[in-house]
Amino acid sequence: MTWSEMRPLLETATQETLYMVGVATLITVLIGLPIGLLLVLTDRGGPLSFAPANKLLGLVVNVGRSIPFLILLVALIPFTRWVTGTTIGTDAAIVPLTVGAIPFFARLVETAVREVDRGLIEAAQSMGAGTFTVVRKVLVREAVPSIISAITVTVVAIVGYSAMAGVVGGGGLGDLAIRYGYQRFETNLMLVTIAVLVVLVQLVQFLGDLLSRRLAHR
Amino acid sequence: MIRTTALSKVYRSRERQVTALDGVDLHVREGEIFGVLGRSGAGKSTLIRCVNLLERPTSGTVEVGGRELTSLSASALRAERRGIGMIFQHFNLLSSRTVAGNVAVPLEIAGVPRRDRARRVAELLDLVGLVEHAKAYPAQLSGGQKQRVGIARALAAEPRVLLSDEATSALDPETTRSILALLRDLRDRLGLTILLITHEMDVVKNICDSAALMEGGRIVESGTVPELLGRSDSRLAREMFPLGTPALLAGRTLVDITFRGEETAQPFISTLARTYNVDVNVLGAAVESVGGRQIGRMRISLDGTFEHNVVPIGYLREQGLQVDVIDEAEAGSGTEHTTSDADVAAADGVALAGKEL
Repeated sequence: MTWSEMRPLLETATQETLYMVGVATLITVLIGLPIGLLLVLTDRGGPLSFAPANKLLGLVVNVGRSIPFLILLVALIPFTRWVTGTTIGTDAAIVPLTVGAIPFFARLVETAVREVDRGLIEAAQSMGAGTFTVVRKVLVREAVPSIISAITVTVVAIVGYSAMAGVVGGGGLGDLAIRYGYQRFETNLMLVTIAVLVVLVQLVQFLGDLLSRRLAHR
Repeated sequence: MIRTTALSKVYRSRERQVTALDGVDLHVREGEIFGVLGRSGAGKSTLIRCVNLLERPTSGTVEVGGRELTSLSASALRAERRGIGMIFQHFNLLSSRTVAGNVAVPLEIAGVPRRDRARRVAELLDLVGLVEHAKAYPAQLSGGQKQRVGIARALAAEPRVLLSDEATSALDPETTRSILALLRDLRDRLGLTILLITHEMDVVKNICDSAALMEGGRIVESGTVPELLGRSDSRLAREMFPLGTPALLAGRTLVDITFRGEETAQPFISTLARTYNVDVNVLGAAVESVGGRQIGRMRISLDGTFEHNVVPIGYLREQGLQVDVIDEAEAGSGTEHTTSDADVAAADGVALAGKEL
């Protein structure tokens, strides 16, 4: 296969991957961030200390994390159809990507927020701040650099998951590598695809690190 | 201004329970700097955190500025806390905000409009001498500068009470002095009431009007510094102004003189030596000059036995000084004995008693 034959394929596949990863990341952050925060807040000694909720949330997150993504991909097919009306294509792939990434990201957020010094929470409370203010002005704000790192790691993981989504017709670079590179023995195309994925991951990691460092005033 | 009544705090874990506070009655008067001294584990940290209810006492009440905090609802307590500033050993500044941003936090919480906030922040930074560091981040500051930010932040919402939780314990001695001087200055200018806890005797000695000693969750001694000095059995006074164990010399009289900051400053030692023609030997002195007044203790030895020195000792008492004569029996066992005025009078008949009246 020549470069001119590969190029349009690669362009489409890259766009699809970026779309899947982008949307999945956005939804993951929107849902995973509050879950991660709740894991900290409801924990013993936290501002919203409530053991049953904490245990339940922890259990759900752990169950989510222990299912291999490939299994999740298949198991979620009915749910995916209910949400998007289809089980094939990039939109359909976003559903399992998000469901798979949320527990992962929530745990990372939990760790990031736990790193915030308890003394800062007390200082805010001593100024008359309520729980909501403490969360907004202290916990989230102080954890931002760590949360950026968590998002970076999550994006890289979603890029990996999205390649797997290709197996079930999700589109994107993974799909391309499987269909052309593996099934049609187009080794060159497979290598180029891998190269594109490597560059993509490097770029995400670089930008994430840069942003995280910029925002951390340590 | 601050009053705790029968304050107790018990921590219960699965097998054991720890009593951190065991019925603490504390009274801090308006405008004074009150120091609670104690070793780690004495309960002083729990005590100060109970004053603004960062820690809920197991029983007892806390009253600040006439409001009983322990009976308030959560939202009323939050409002009340805005009138109680607090500074911390490890500063607890937000690393993601600049100096100005940190000072603005309490104003944001209190809902002060943006424009007023900026003006107030500038005022506060001027107050603590950090104007040129407004845009710096805490990580770029020294410990002393960080604590100044902490102080500015604590004062932002114009509190009448300031709580200081080991605020100088992470600082070197010189920085400690400058922070203490700032606190005293702010108290004088703003009329603050300051409750501080510390394990450093020097802090109490330097700025406190009153002090309490905590041990095992109880206050074992408390009073104004002159009051404490006046009690010869005061451990706080002895530790604040240590003179050591007296060593008696044959044919000499040992006398401890206590300055309570009430007497007029005059060269009484040289007057004493000149007027009564006695040899005065200063064996030790621990005197602090606080606000132009002398506070502390001094140990001198006078030539001759006590009987020979009754008159010079009477002179010292006349100056308004507290004078304790150490007698042989007590000195040998290493404890000091206070010779009360009555003892002296008894020893000397009526002459001295007459003078004192």
